[in-house]
Amino acid sequence: MGGLRVAETVDSAALGRWLRAFADEVSEHADELTALDSAIGDADHGANMRRGMAAVVAKLDGAPDAGPAALLKSAGMTLVSTVGGASGPLYGTLFLRMATAAGDREEFDAAGFAAALRAGLDGVVARGKAAPGDKTMLDALVPAVDALDAALSDGAGLRDALRAAATAADEGSDATVPLVARKGRASYLGERSAGHRDPGATSTALLVNTAAATLG
Amino acid sequence: MSDPVGIVVVSHSRALGRAAADLAWEVTGDADVPVAVAAGLDETTMGTDAAAIATAIVQVDRGAGVVVLMDLGSAVLSAETALDLLDEVGADPATRGRTLLCPGPLVEGLVVAAATASTGADRHRVSADAAAALGPKRTHLGESWDE
Repeated sequence: MGGLRVAETVDSAALGRWLRAFADEVSEHADELTALDSAIGDADHGANMRRGMAAVVAKLDGAPDAGPAALLKSAGMTLVSTVGGASGPLYGTLFLRMATAAGDREEFDAAGFAAALRAGLDGVVARGKAAPGDKTMLDALVPAVDALDAALSDGAGLRDALRAAATAADEGSDATVPLVARKGRASYLGERSAGHRDPGATSTALLVNTAAATLG
Repeated sequence: MSDPVGIVVVSHSRALGRAAADLAWEVTGDADVPVAVAAGLDETTMGTDAAAIATAIVQVDRGAGVVVLMDLGSAVLSAETALDLLDEVGADPATRGRTLLCPGPLVEGLVVAAATASTGADRHRVSADAAAALGPKRTHLGESWDE
């Protein structure tokens, strides 16, 4: 399959590729994300995430030699200051917790990357106080991190495990369509929030898909 | 009188945050109550910025602590995130322990917080009074609001 292209570690260069790819995807899908948000929220998710990830990329350009912890921390700090909406503290906390998990290592091995992503997920849960089924980004992130852990435990390589995570994130995002929102602005709509895909779960699926495309 | 409690105003809108702070200053009289506004991403872009909130908390903490009033949604999440970022902005290590995120309504809560702080009350009193700030309006309107 992947042959020599398979990498079982994630270093700063790989993290940089991931964040740039996520920025590109967010930008490409910004109108779609905002349209989803206009149905059940305040119509700013695409524009907010595009602005925030553009700022993250600008920081990457300015600090090409940052180690994994510094790179992830810079991304998190930038997002909490530039996104503006709830996605700022949520995605920001995800990356800040990953930075803490990175510690002083030069690169993650597969298990270390999965543990860092799990730490990021725990941070999002603590920050947003949401649970799976509430129609939030967690509906994509929780199954993705679970699938990543499960695939690695089954002996899969990082690339295949991330592909499994991406599939799980997509399925989780799809599954938000019929849900009634219990968190965020969409929860004000009650039953009327059903029938729309959650914008946060949709952008999270992009995050996991770009990880699968750029890491491992 | 001991140092007054500091107050931070968090809003999605810089214009709203500043105007709310102006209202609060109306009630503090000559008392020196430190109030800082962390609102909007810039003059016109709506949003909240956790790092700016952390900086505002540091600005108004004179040792008696800080009460943070916020509007809704991301303002709440950003205020909570700001507590995690205090180290990043050079806060006194004790600042986090004496910063209270108040669930009171932004405008009414802020005015009450400012008035209470101007009397020299401690942060717990300031936050509790601000959290109960809808009481007078609710009492005045009686049952009519639910008709």
